Amino acid sequence: MQHTIPVDEIGPWGQPMAEAVQKCVHCGFCLPVCPTYRVWREEMDSPRGRIVLMKEVLEGRLEFDEALPYVDRCLGCVGCETACPSGVGYGELLTSFRGLAEASRNRSLLDRVLRWFVLTTLPYPARFRWGARMGRWAKPLRGLVPGRLGNMLDLLPSTLPHAERLPEVYPAEGPRRARVALLAGCAQQVLAPDINWATLRVLAKNGVEVIVPQEQACCGALAAHTGAAAQARRFARHNLQVFPDDVDAILTNAAGCGSGMHEYALWLRGEPEEAVAEAFVQRVRDVTEFLADVGICTIARLEKPTRVAMHDACHLVHAQGIRQQPRELLATVENLELVEIPESDICCGSAGTYNIEQPQTAAELGQKKAAAIGSTDTQVVAAGNIGCMTQINTHLIHLNRHIPVMHTMQILDRAYRGIPIDQIYE
Amino acid sequence: MERKPGGLMNASKLFEQLRRLYPPDRLLTRPAQLAPYESDGLTAFRARPAGIVLPETQDEVIQTVKLCYQHEIPFMARGSGTSLSGGSVPIQDGLLIGLNRMNRILQYEPKQRIAVVEPGVINLAVSQRATFDNLYYAPDPSSGPVCTLGGNVAFNSGGAHCLKYGMTSNHVLGLKVVLPNGEVCQLGGDSLEMVGPDMTGMFVGSEGLFGVALEITLRLLPKPEVYYTVQAAYDSLAKAGDAVTLVVASGLLPGAMEIMDRLSLDAADAAVGAGYPSDAKAILIVELEGIAEEVEAEKPRLHELIEKSGAYLVEVAKDDEQRLKIWTGRKSAFSAVGRLSPDFIVQDGVVPRTKLGESLVEIDRLSREYDIRVANVFHAGDGNLHPLIMYDGRQSGALERAECLAGEILRHCIRLGGSITGEHGVGLEKRGYMREMFGESDLEFMFELRHAVDPLQLANRGKMLPMAESPVLTTRGAHPLEKQGIISRE
Ligand SMILES: Cc1cc2nc3c(=O)[nH]c(=O)nc-3n(C[C@H](O)[C@H](O)[C@H](O)COP(=O)(O)OP(=O)(O)OC[C@H]3O[C@@H](n4cnc5c(N)ncnc54)[C@H](O)[C@@H]3O)c2cc1C
Ligand code: SF4
Ligand code: SF4
Repeated sequence: MQHTIPVDEIGPWGQPMAEAVQKCVHCGFCLPVCPTYRVWREEMDSPRGRIVLMKEVLEGRLEFDEALPYVDRCLGCVGCETACPSGVGYGELLTSFRGLAEASRNRSLLDRVLRWFVLTTLPYPARFRWGARMGRWAKPLRGLVPGRLGNMLDLLPSTLPHAERLPEVYPAEGPRRARVALLAGCAQQVLAPDINWATLRVLAKNGVEVIVPQEQACCGALAAHTGAAAQARRFARHNLQVFPDDVDAILTNAAGCGSGMHEYALWLRGEPEEAVAEAFVQRVRDVTEFLADVGICTIARLEKPTRVAMHDACHLVHAQGIRQQPRELLATVENLELVEIPESDICCGSAGTYNIEQPQTAAELGQKKAAAIGSTDTQVVAAGNIGCMTQINTHLIHLNRHIPVMHTMQILDRAYRGIPIDQIYE
Repeated sequence: MERKPGGLMNASKLFEQLRRLYPPDRLLTRPAQLAPYESDGLTAFRARPAGIVLPETQDEVIQTVKLCYQHEIPFMARGSGTSLSGGSVPIQDGLLIGLNRMNRILQYEPKQRIAVVEPGVINLAVSQRATFDNLYYAPDPSSGPVCTLGGNVAFNSGGAHCLKYGMTSNHVLGLKVVLPNGEVCQLGGDSLEMVGPDMTGMFVGSEGLFGVALEITLRLLPKPEVYYTVQAAYDSLAKAGDAVTLVVASGLLPGAMEIMDRLSLDAADAAVGAGYPSDAKAILIVELEGIAEEVEAEKPRLHELIEKSGAYLVEVAKDDEQRLKIWTGRKSAFSAVGRLSPDFIVQDGVVPRTKLGESLVEIDRLSREYDIRVANVFHAGDGNLHPLIMYDGRQSGALERAECLAGEILRHCIRLGGSITGEHGVGLEKRGYMREMFGESDLEFMFELRHAVDPLQLANRGKMLPMAESPVLTTRGAHPLEKQGIISRE
């Protein structure tokens, strides 16, 4: 598409944004995969339409306020990127646009308070744990808490598992085949610390030594995707410093964090750290991608034959192009049968803070996902993202289908340790 | 019905009444709601409608058209906006009727092999629905996962496999339409045998000038038992073109015959990793399909012909997955060219199949003369060319030069006894060529017909017909509508 975006005036993000707009040929191939288009069937809620809206704003022909309601309804699932034959970098356009838009937003007081609350708790495990406890006590009062705040409460688990501090180094079992650093993930550490422990054990079993930098911060994805660009940059800078250079890879086991870290170079565009960030991004890998690459060296076995359905997290399959690897890993497990979920590449509606900001759509998508899972005969759901896991779990329960939702690493871990697959899911 | 003269006053009255008919979230008038509807798959043209309605029932469409007629406000039906000829560019200050929420399959009769659908149903959805009964809807435009049947009907769309089975018009048995004056009528029926003139045939391909299709009765076919997909690589584009002439002359009737040249192969490969041979100047995809014995019998003949045509590498799809890969690459080629060039025009001219090789040489010559890159990817079996003419709209004069080149290609098609459009429609883009393609009396008849059905020229005003309604498109310089500020280019 032609555009007259004043690239230089916009600053470092001008270029990637203009490039995305220019590459879009307005063919509409992204429409059928876009969850919001599937709900509303109107152009403003389609990838193609949002690109036009962002272009109009950047060209100065439309006010931010006019376009934002539609841009805000975007899940950021980047299913459209996978579908786009023309190679439009929609994700970069969206993140940059949200960053730019923040300055001109007129948020309501409640909005600002909520946002402040989210951005000052979620990225900090200690505060989040505290907040979650408070929220738990507030649960009986759920009926009195309206709207989005209430939705936040709904997502909190009724008990928080005990979280043991992760070790600085977790050695490989047997000869060391690789050495990596792990991002522990903020919400994940609080809601399901077992995922990290399982990851450490599975990696160790396969000869991978893991370093967990104790000073690490939140990956920054949450901040970046809600437009808090400065906070995102702060987190990115910090992590660039505390993660070691002398490792084979920097691993994430939450898809959202992984795709966030892949954006460090974008967030730091035009900053002194841009080059360092680019090199860093090259080393960021999802744990399943890395493990499939180095190869499983100890075959795991489940006690009983079990059917496991693979849920494709958008931030794995669309944002990082990782689809086969987790399946490959699970396929190595004896007694495990892989099941496919219909329309597996459509977002489950979790999408970062989407649950809080657009609860209705999030719920609709969550219900659809749960129904799709329910239509299979699977006994366990495997996923690679804590956000999806919480969302799917919630909606499976609503549907009265008690199918455990587990991280791919947890399943491998259970298989290695010879314990029933669904035993510990706190 | 009493009519008042058109104008802005009428528009405000129309909207007053529409507000009673539609809730606010289905009557769009804010700039952010209108901007995304400004253009279709041909982004060189844009126009902003006065408003958009998103009906959910047939009755809402009918009431809307009636109101437009009453207030003399032009309207346009829109499907998924994938038209490549400006066909779904809105009418400036007119009303746009977005049919995407009318996407129900109303009736599905596997025994009778028909489906009755609303106009907003997606082309591919019909085959998906019928797949368990081993049936499918044959016309397969590359945009199948996106485009609507309403749009297919308006443009008489085709696809790779229309070589054997014919275009949309061969598969639409009946239509329920609302005419531009708000009257509803039923055209055709639910079988191929019908009484009287082929009114369905008149409506199919009329580019929305005769009103809005509300219900479409489709013919379903049994799925071919087997496919046999061959991909032949050539060291020149002309050779691939000549191969098609050979196959056609032999009497073989493959399901599809498609050609992609080097540029489009590169683009499609980058988009979907189709894994085409990296040194080929062109590839020809030929697909035999049908009953197993029949296909088995045709195989040796096909291979013989392909060998004779000078292919240097012949591959056969081993399984469904490989077949799908070949087709996914082919079908994503248009959009994938967006990777090679910021802008392009997709041409849609048709030449006699015996003159394919010659035409490709001519396109190559023109491309060199203009120093403009042209990618070729097309329905070779139908002689339906799709040169993708690449330009950079930011350079002054680039669009005009690209249009000039497109014009020369179209004239070449007309000279050889072909046509200016095979399946993408005339739309806004090719109206200027209608006079070259048709004689004065032919056009006169079309216009009389239009006048009889839509005397006020409300339905999709300004599209397809070059006369009277608005000035024609030119290939050079600003379009007269642009000078009047009615349409604008980016
Ligand atoms: C990447 C790409 C590949 C394509 N490949 C092919 C191909 O292989 N073969 C092919 O033939 N075309 C192809 N096309 C063109 C396009 O997809 C077709 O013309 C398609 O039929 C348009 O459908 P739509 O729903 O997008 O209609 P729109 O673009 O929305 O509308 C097209 C026309 O139909 C009219 N219309 C829509 N609905 C109705 C209705 N209910 N009643 C009356 N009029 C109506 C509109 O007014 C407009 O004039 C391709 C397009 C793209 C972008
Ligand atoms: S598929 Fe890509 S090029 Fe086509 S409209 Fe969507 S973003 Fe644009
Ligand atoms: S990121 Fe997801 S929700 Fe947003 S436009 Fe793309 S497909 Fe739609």
